[in-house]
Amino acid sequence: THALSFKILAECSTTKARTGKLKLPHHTVDTPVFMPVGTQGTMKGLTTKQLEDLDCQIILGNTYHLGMRPGHELLEKVGGLHKFMNWDRALLTDSGGFQMVSLLKLAEITEEGVKFQSPHDSKEMLLTPEKSIEIQNSIGADIMMQLDDVVHSTTTGPRVEEAMYRSIRWLDRCISANKRPTEQNLFPIVQGGLQPELRKICATEMVKRDTAGYAIGGLSGGEEKDHFWRMVKLSTDILPRDKPRYLMGVGYAVDLVVCSALGCDMYDCVFPTRTARFGCALLRTGQINIKSKQFAKDYRPIDDTCKCSTCARYTRAYINSIPNYETVGCHLLTIHNIAFQMSLMRSIRASIVEDRFPQFIKSFMKTVYPDEDYPTWVRESLASVDVHLSQQ
Amino acid sequence: MKLVIKQLLDGSCRLGQLTELGRHTGRVIDVPGCLMYTRGASAPHLTQDMAKTIDKLPFGIQLTLPTLAENHEVIEDYKLGIGSFTSQQDSLLFLSVQDPGTTIPSGYNEKQFVSIWTTGGRMRLSTATFTTMLKNMKPDWFECLYDGDVVPGTASKKRIRKSVDRTLQYLDDCLEVQQNSPELKNIEVFGVIEGGDSHDERIRSAKETAKRPLSGFVLDGFQSDALATDVKQNLMMSVLKELPEDKPRLIHGCGRPDQVMQAVELGIDVFDSAFPYSVTESGCALVFPFSYNHQSNVDSAVLEQSTDQEKSNYVNDNKAGISRYEINLTNESYKSDFTPLLADCKCYSCQNHTKAYINHLLVTKELLARVLLMIHNFHHYFEFFETIRQSIRDDKFQQLKKIIMDST
Ligand SMILES: [Zn+2]
Ligand SMILES: [Zn+2]
Repeated sequence: THALSFKILAECSTTKARTGKLKLPHHTVDTPVFMPVGTQGTMKGLTTKQLEDLDCQIILGNTYHLGMRPGHELLEKVGGLHKFMNWDRALLTDSGGFQMVSLLKLAEITEEGVKFQSPHDSKEMLLTPEKSIEIQNSIGADIMMQLDDVVHSTTTGPRVEEAMYRSIRWLDRCISANKRPTEQNLFPIVQGGLQPELRKICATEMVKRDTAGYAIGGLSGGEEKDHFWRMVKLSTDILPRDKPRYLMGVGYAVDLVVCSALGCDMYDCVFPTRTARFGCALLRTGQINIKSKQFAKDYRPIDDTCKCSTCARYTRAYINSIPNYETVGCHLLTIHNIAFQMSLMRSIRASIVEDRFPQFIKSFMKTVYPDEDYPTWVRESLASVDVHLSQQ
Repeated sequence: MKLVIKQLLDGSCRLGQLTELGRHTGRVIDVPGCLMYTRGASAPHLTQDMAKTIDKLPFGIQLTLPTLAENHEVIEDYKLGIGSFTSQQDSLLFLSVQDPGTTIPSGYNEKQFVSIWTTGGRMRLSTATFTTMLKNMKPDWFECLYDGDVVPGTASKKRIRKSVDRTLQYLDDCLEVQQNSPELKNIEVFGVIEGGDSHDERIRSAKETAKRPLSGFVLDGFQSDALATDVKQNLMMSVLKELPEDKPRLIHGCGRPDQVMQAVELGIDVFDSAFPYSVTESGCALVFPFSYNHQSNVDSAVLEQSTDQEKSNYVNDNKAGISRYEINLTNESYKSDFTPLLADCKCYSCQNHTKAYINHLLVTKELLARVLLMIHNFHHYFEFFETIRQSIRDDKFQQLKKIIMDST
């Protein structure tokens, strides 16, 4: 038995989209869900109350960062990250591997694990699948991720195959290492780069492990969108219908709509919160930089259809007037951007329940691309699930 | 604006209310009280939804001109005033010329203008510029321009005299513009009293300022630690003697709890709250006790309920030059302290978070650290002012003062 139950409430009669209730130890999450990233046990200056008010149901913590500070011993002592940061709802932690490979230039990968130099004391350290799970067990998130052998999504050649098979072997080590299987779920990560055959083998092997859910990894790293969507679809075709599917690192509005149509249930991305720091506000019609001079005398809210506390109270001009070093401006944008993501996911879910998801997709895409100059990958990916955007 | 004194203690310390606050019909400000310090018209680090979790959030807020002046062209274009522009229209808006939350460089004031420091650098305010800004910003209440650039101990008698003269000149110029301007007529004006550490100049400044048609008075120049406490108090006393009793008095940069108690005792009514902001900026939390009903000896009261670890922090922080009113959360020893910033504190931060978490947020330079500290520090500070008023009502002001003074 797993520490979650996934109940599909409705399925789109045209696309592969579905909406459901994912019951996790700390919270029942409505899917498809977007999970904001709170790297170090906090979300860019927002309080946990504000996150709840924004309807965030599950957020991410980064194992690598949390393992360094405050350290997993301390988290274990206090009873996990939920208690440490006072967050009652669901949490998901990554394995720490991706962060190491991307943040630390000296990382070296062997069969044993990821070898790296500690940025704090330069000591050589080794992150093994067992160590990753040990730390994640201390953090206590509702969902843990396996340690996988990460290769950049544009890598080609035998390294991709090696990484894929190693990820399967590491998955088995992670499963054995999980000391709290009844309290924490462990998700495997389907790898295989952009090679359909490898993806198929990996997904098929992982499905055999009968884990609580599955993640699709190794994408969203700057590969061609044409490859991206095909890899997503190929994975969701193999992954079992009755288990949640988590597409890692995806968070742009168009991607969320397309990938939900392809059958994904969970997403995470640093973009909506990170970009707020630089003055960027998300809108259905695209993003705007509120710090730009053109908004200095714009006395409308960021988005007059948005129900967030920022849009209810403040104008673009006021946010524009707050200098960068005053943190309030950043908080106001973070609130709006999270509200934007949450509202988009609510719309997706509602339209699936009412079985009008294809219509939703069409009107959404028309808002983003008013001239109907849809990117090829958007048209093709949607056509693959029988939604045909009008041709130019 | 009208000051209604409800109770006088020992002839000088007063309890009362500011009433007849223009557009805010029916609202009052209890004094002694403090205004909420703002930057760009927002509480530092706090969006309004979080600021509103603070129980005794003051109805009066202090807008600091240096954090707003750069946008005056936009505010002019907007036309509805600074309150509406910044979504603070429900508060009583006091506009201060300088920002008590930052240090002002010395040597930049001239006969014709006062310098303020914005993000973009120095801005020169003549009476004309200043009053134009006022017309566009439409605060409820402001202080006139003043030349407060006299550093105690170093400023010559001549420089001090000049600062008093200039400040009176700015005041007269400003009042003249105000009399002739329908937009400014209904705004409350306070005159600023200067005079550095010179007794004679202080008295001259107070006497002259008191002759003008003003709603109240501002005492400037008492923020410097270079002035000895007893000198400060003597100067303050001399100034206050010259001011009409029925008008409110506001003081700048006098925010440490012991300074507040002394100033209240002498008859100051309104304070700013830049002190809890500067405490927040240094990663600290206010923890000084002020419950005069239960505790008479602060040291034993604080130390009894503390762990040994806290006791040693207390001593260490004190050595590091941090006042005993606060603890420094960047201190390594809080890393695994799973208690709130202050036991029994009802603020959002203390009800939900621990010292260990805030220490982690500070160490990792996360924005939430300042948010949580600002909430607690404001909460604690505003409760402190509520307690001051209660102590006067209960005739226990001296007990409270002893508790506060003993913790220095
Ligand atoms: Zn909004
Ligand atoms: Zn508190």
